[in-house]
Amino acid sequence: MELYNGPLDVKEIFSRWLDEEAESNYGAYIPFVGTIRAEDNIEALSFDIYEPILQKWFDEWQEKAEARGAIVKMAHARGDVPVHTSSYVSAVFSPKRRVALELIDEFVEDFKANAPIWKYDVKNGKRIYAEDRSTPMDGSGLLA
Amino acid sequence: MIKVEFLGPIGKAPMEMEAATLADVAAKLKEDSELSSWLDKCAVALNDTMVNDLSTILKAGDRVSILPPVCGG
Repeated sequence: MELYNGPLDVKEIFSRWLDEEAESNYGAYIPFVGTIRAEDNIEALSFDIYEPILQKWFDEWQEKAEARGAIVKMAHARGDVPVHTSSYVSAVFSPKRRVALELIDEFVEDFKANAPIWKYDVKNGKRIYAEDRSTPMDGSGLLA
Repeated sequence: MIKVEFLGPIGKAPMEMEAATLADVAAKLKEDSELSSWLDKCAVALNDTMVNDLSTILKAGDRVSILPPVCGG
């Protein structure tokens, strides 16, 4: 798992991941790129990350992937990420395509629901919590 | 004493309190009007492990984190 301040260098990351697994005998490599779209007059999105729990979340996914003969990788941005640049990339490598296609779907969807990352719109230089697009994590409301 | 920290957009300074279980933490946080709109949608971690049980026993030095709704990517 890799965290960066500001937008991701997508080409460098995917190229390096490809090189890292060049001799691993995986038949399938499925990358996913999340790009900030221009909408609602935002200048950028901005992110807070709670790394200790994100690392545990990722480590659990790595175990699930390994149980299916695959591996997962991800990188995410902290702070401001301007429109038309990338805040998030992930990938699955597996011996055959079926596992990779299924895992990238499950991995990215669970990432959206349970990775401890908070998103803000940046408008006129101000950060506004993207509450309407955010999802309560599993187990929310325990203290209510 | 245990410490309660509020992550992401909640924007509240950490609190220290006496609490034997997470139920005690819930009772204390409910007294705080700043938090009333957050608690029903926040998840909870104890020393960086997610927890789901109000009867979880706390010990001195424990750290409880309050995690509001997330949106990575």
